[in-house]
Amino acid sequence: MEIRTKFELKLGMATREAFGKALVEAGRKNPDIVALDADLSKSTYTSLFAKEFPGRFVECGIAEANMIGIAAGLASGGKIPFAASFSCFAINKGFEQLRVAVAYPNVNVKVVGTHSGISIGEDGPSQMSIEDLGLACSLPNFTVLSPADEVAMHALVHASVAHAGPVFIRAGRPKAPIVHSPDQRFEMGGSVQLMDGSDLSIIGNGLLVAEAIRAAEALEAEGISARVIDMYSIKPLDRAAIQRAAAETRAIVVAEEHLVATGLGVRVAQVVAETNPCAMEFVGIQDTYAESGTPQELMEKYGLVARNVVAAARRVLSRK
Amino acid sequence: MRKTSNVAELEAIAKQVRREIVEMITHAKSGHPGGSLSAVEIAVTLFFDVMRHDPANPKWPDRDRFILSKGHAAPVLYSVFAECGYTPKDQLNSLRKLGCMYQGHPDARFIPALEASTGSLGEGLSIGIGMALAAKLDQRPSRTYVVLGDGEIQEGQIWEAAMFGGDKGVDNLVAIVDYNHIQLDGFVNDILPLDPVADKWRAFNWHAIDLDGHSIPALQAAFAEAAQTKGRPTAIIAHTIKGKGVSFMENNPKFHGVAPTEEEMEKALAELA
Ligand SMILES: Cc1ncc(C[n+]2csc(CCOP(=O)(O)OP(=O)(O)O)c2C)c(N)n1
Ligand SMILES: [Mg+2]
Repeated sequence: MEIRTKFELKLGMATREAFGKALVEAGRKNPDIVALDADLSKSTYTSLFAKEFPGRFVECGIAEANMIGIAAGLASGGKIPFAASFSCFAINKGFEQLRVAVAYPNVNVKVVGTHSGISIGEDGPSQMSIEDLGLACSLPNFTVLSPADEVAMHALVHASVAHAGPVFIRAGRPKAPIVHSPDQRFEMGGSVQLMDGSDLSIIGNGLLVAEAIRAAEALEAEGISARVIDMYSIKPLDRAAIQRAAAETRAIVVAEEHLVATGLGVRVAQVVAETNPCAMEFVGIQDTYAESGTPQELMEKYGLVARNVVAAARRVLSRK
Repeated sequence: MRKTSNVAELEAIAKQVRREIVEMITHAKSGHPGGSLSAVEIAVTLFFDVMRHDPANPKWPDRDRFILSKGHAAPVLYSVFAECGYTPKDQLNSLRKLGCMYQGHPDARFIPALEASTGSLGEGLSIGIGMALAAKLDQRPSRTYVVLGDGEIQEGQIWEAAMFGGDKGVDNLVAIVDYNHIQLDGFVNDILPLDPVADKWRAFNWHAIDLDGHSIPALQAAFAEAAQTKGRPTAIIAHTIKGKGVSFMENNPKFHGVAPTEEEMEKALAELA
């Protein structure tokens, strides 16, 4: 089933590229910002920052744990470090340092994990980060963000500079459809309602927001009215928006490019259980690693496209 | 498969492996040619001369083990595996395609004969040392060979493993550093220099050998020397050229992780004729 949107979602730049550009802008305004990378600066786009501010760029080599430790020390020295790598390496190799050198003492380190999810494609599971949001959310004091497009990424990089405390920002490899209007505001703990609806709510983040919009439009054609929310702040969560969605639509689908067991869905479900329990369904990566393939093939094979959201919507409505 | 110590025969296999690497990565439209081409003689000398292994019996308990810790160089291993008969040759050009056993990085779910699934740099040496210890515990003759990237040895885990291996006397293990002087962002010396590399391994109680990593006789001699070395593991610092064999890829950081175009493939294959 080919799902077409009424207004074609325009493809923007990849969120990793939007991160690199926003970091340069932020670096022009704030001389305390430094960037760190672990031999992936061309892929994470910190290369843009390195070009403009060579003296404020720290190339750590292939040593992610050390990079996170260095970032913690830089932060203690008054700098605002942005440490970037593929999300799997930054989070997994740097996890103990994120826990004890950053989260626990509440140090002002920003970590940017690019190439998240399975939409990196051909490189395969060793480079795919499907557990990063769960791990990052498990760290007290951390703010965890997953922007859907270049507009959100741009705003959230600036918001992270302004925020005192550790932040994890998840970025993707492929170009991302633009789902937000240019003047949209974003904040830690916020969310954006992109479509209103009364029969169910679809809450997503990252690339799944665009899939949620496509799904909502397909459902609309069948006379089903779906609310679509971009829940870009995974921690803290916009509890009020979730509570409203549960109370007003009485059915929720959560969609994300992450393990269902530890991602956005379970966190939303906790709020729903604590406030207005209602039927829920989850679209995400099941308890498995993916494989090599094109991004689109993988998103389809692992159930992360609009028709999977539509199917989940039908299931949740049948349980309403 | 036919094993040989004849240098000319091994060189002929190496040339064919280079051609297959270029073809596979061109068809895949993504992948890592530079670090695959720099490790060709290392892999060919091991699989076709030095190692005890049997493609008809890939789980033979007494086999030697090979770990490509720098997993992004998978195409060199796939070409060698196919030539040995572990895997089908006619699927090499499906590299990186959905469902193909030749995954972007070595994946033991798809090819059970692979000793380890790699791709996250820094992990292979520890795994190899564990295999070497298991062979010692079971008093098996198996030896373990681990190929590391030079950029890869910036990872702290490599030096935890080096300290451990040197202390535990795993003389049935050889680490080969593919010292091609280039990593992803550029030249190793601009990013985080490694020298003196051999002395670092010696300081951790390893027997260290510097050699030309494209010289099959030098590699044969070094693997023999490692087998004679008792009480400590051996580190071979293989001085190599990234992109070796294809003029426009040699020493060119661009070809770390960029696939050749069809035109570039034709040019490369002409040079490798
Ligand atoms: C832990 C980890 N960090 C980063 C990467 C991304 N990466 C893939 S290849 C590479 C450079 C490797 O350089 P080197 O070890 O010198 O390999 P070679 O030159 O032999 O290709 C990097 C940084 C990775 N695969 N694993
Ligand atoms: Mg190298």
